[in-house]
Amino acid sequence: MDAKDILGLHKNSFPSSLDNKKSRPPKESQRKPDGISREVYALTGGMPPLMPSIDASQLKKKPPTHEKVTWQWLPFTNSARKDDLHLYHWVSHNVRVVNGVLPTGDYSFAKYNKSVDIIKYTDEEYEKYLTDPMWTKEETNELFDLCERFDLRFVVIADRFPSSRTVEELKDRYYSVLRAILLARAASSGDIATHPIIKEPYNVSQEMERKRALSMVLSQTRQQEKRDEEVLIEAKRIAELRMASKVTEQSQLAVASNADAELTERAVPGETVSPSNVQLPQMVVPSADNASTLASLRMLRVYLRTYALEQMVQASNATAGVRTIKRVEQTLQDLGVNLKPRVPTKAVCAEHLELRREILTWLNLQKQVQYKEAEGSSFRDGSYGETPGTPKDRTFIPDSLNFGGERVGKKDQKRKGHGAPPTAAHKRPRKQKASDL
Amino acid sequence: MSQSQTLPLKRHQDENPRDDDSSDIKPSRLKISLPSEDSDKKILIKRVKDVGICVPIVYGTIAFFLGRKASESQSHKWTVYVRGASNEDLSAVVKRVVFQLHPSFNNPTRVVESPPFEISECGWGEFEIAITLFFHSDACEKQLDLYHHLKLYPEDESGPQNTKRPVVIESYNEVVFPEPSEAFLARVQNHPAVVVPRLPDGLNLPSPVPVEPMNDKERGDTKDHPLNHWFLNFSEADELLKLAAARQQVQAHIVKLGRQLTLMEGLPQSKQPSG
Repeated sequence: MDAKDILGLHKNSFPSSLDNKKSRPPKESQRKPDGISREVYALTGGMPPLMPSIDASQLKKKPPTHEKVTWQWLPFTNSARKDDLHLYHWVSHNVRVVNGVLPTGDYSFAKYNKSVDIIKYTDEEYEKYLTDPMWTKEETNELFDLCERFDLRFVVIADRFPSSRTVEELKDRYYSVLRAILLARAASSGDIATHPIIKEPYNVSQEMERKRALSMVLSQTRQQEKRDEEVLIEAKRIAELRMASKVTEQSQLAVASNADAELTERAVPGETVSPSNVQLPQMVVPSADNASTLASLRMLRVYLRTYALEQMVQASNATAGVRTIKRVEQTLQDLGVNLKPRVPTKAVCAEHLELRREILTWLNLQKQVQYKEAEGSSFRDGSYGETPGTPKDRTFIPDSLNFGGERVGKKDQKRKGHGAPPTAAHKRPRKQKASDL
Repeated sequence: MSQSQTLPLKRHQDENPRDDDSSDIKPSRLKISLPSEDSDKKILIKRVKDVGICVPIVYGTIAFFLGRKASESQSHKWTVYVRGASNEDLSAVVKRVVFQLHPSFNNPTRVVESPPFEISECGWGEFEIAITLFFHSDACEKQLDLYHHLKLYPEDESGPQNTKRPVVIESYNEVVFPEPSEAFLARVQNHPAVVVPRLPDGLNLPSPVPVEPMNDKERGDTKDHPLNHWFLNFSEADELLKLAAARQQVQAHIVKLGRQLTLMEGLPQSKQPSG
């Protein structure tokens, strides 16, 4: 602790549980962490959990004790293996063992040895049904051999295939062979009609296209993503506008879209034109984004300036609560400004909007100041990261004044926010105080 | 809708064919869009982006107490109107105005096809009047709705009403066309009723085509309107001044609080006595 003093570090800037438990029992009574340290308790948000996560009473119990378990070293066979390998392993005595031989059956992991049944065609069948100009017989045989070995894992097969063929080509060959064989061998077409490959044959071009599209989506830059999102948002808004105006007026609605010209600039997919430009305030969904409000205004063929201002005000109010909005309006009144401008020209509306935003900023600052003040009066150590060291020349009220006057709180006694000289100053007044009392 | 489906049956005044990569018309400024309503004739309208034009209007009512001539059912004579904010002729933009009066009036739907766009009536009650503006087809196919509450009785109810002093309630507003068509812009770019921003260089507008001419009345402005000395003055200068002053005040507060905050962050141990 003395080392910390010398360094000028605040004594409690890294709260250690030892120190805190000793020095603040009165504070702890507020918090009630039973059995866990204060910091761990703070991790939960400082509040007791609503329900115990573990039944604490169960933790103290001892597990049920059985009699001793004996183990035996026994041989076993694995039906998954083709050779006749005999291995040994430990078997616990819980399982009933008679004569050292397990009666329970196969090796428990043998059931996981699954494999795919790959079709096997004869040479005759090949000549009759399976010849293909793109594939030699050797290649096809090789393919099927690999399929068997690697359980139809085409990525691996493609890697191992001697000549370079794409995954799609290999799949195509395999599935068409399979299909041809099934069709050839089937007694009647009805028998195999339910087989998946008969119902939906493998479509190479579709697959290639699909994979290409996927990779395109994956490799989209963030900018493209953002643009696509914007387009979707605009489309949604247009759909909403359309729904809303359908409710108010039942006339023809036409949606015009011009992809080419507009892709070059902003990605606006289309416009909704309705005979009645409804100016009811509840019609349009107020958007939280100023830019999107502007965009949606631009999409209207005609609108009133006051309507535009209303929308922009709503957008900027979207993040504020009802009380804040009331305060903004009260402030406007106090400043002698009309809540709705009397002469709503473009310039006036712009100024009005800016004024509203500035008032919001001002109110936010007021809140922050109040909050800081509230924190300051019930301040606890460690909440603020103290910058250690260099005694800067801030507006530093000498400690003697502080201590001579009112007691500012326990924290001041412990605070060592500055370098060595002020520390000395700290010490002296404290000693004085003790002696004074 | 893909462009291949739309066929240009009618072309507006423009020489250049509709071309995706048109050379002399900068594609960034122009946008081609399809109008609504009549899906049979698919007309392509070239619009000018980033040149929003607006038409400042004033609408409202002037109501005179009839005094000795007043009866139970007709105590006031009033006029509801829409005029250009500086009394300019609106008929270049507005094709017709429809005033929807209280259903107790005969033919409550009054249509005015030419300026001055107003209706005069006698009555006793106050009610909301719906004013609908219809624009020329090259300006906008959509209509615009305004609402105005007819006021007959003055605020201060001291004594009997003066037949000479009417109750005047006017509202200022601006009709904004964010992306006017080339034809419309060409037609009104120099019209006194329309506020047009500075046009970008290189913008080729077609030669203007006049719309249906006004019937009989030669002038549609309200500069010599019989009631025009009651018209209110709407100057944005006053409001701008007040707003600027208010903003200054608020900005000063923000600066002060900002300083206070940084001070408070710098000295967590010293309690600010004044807060």
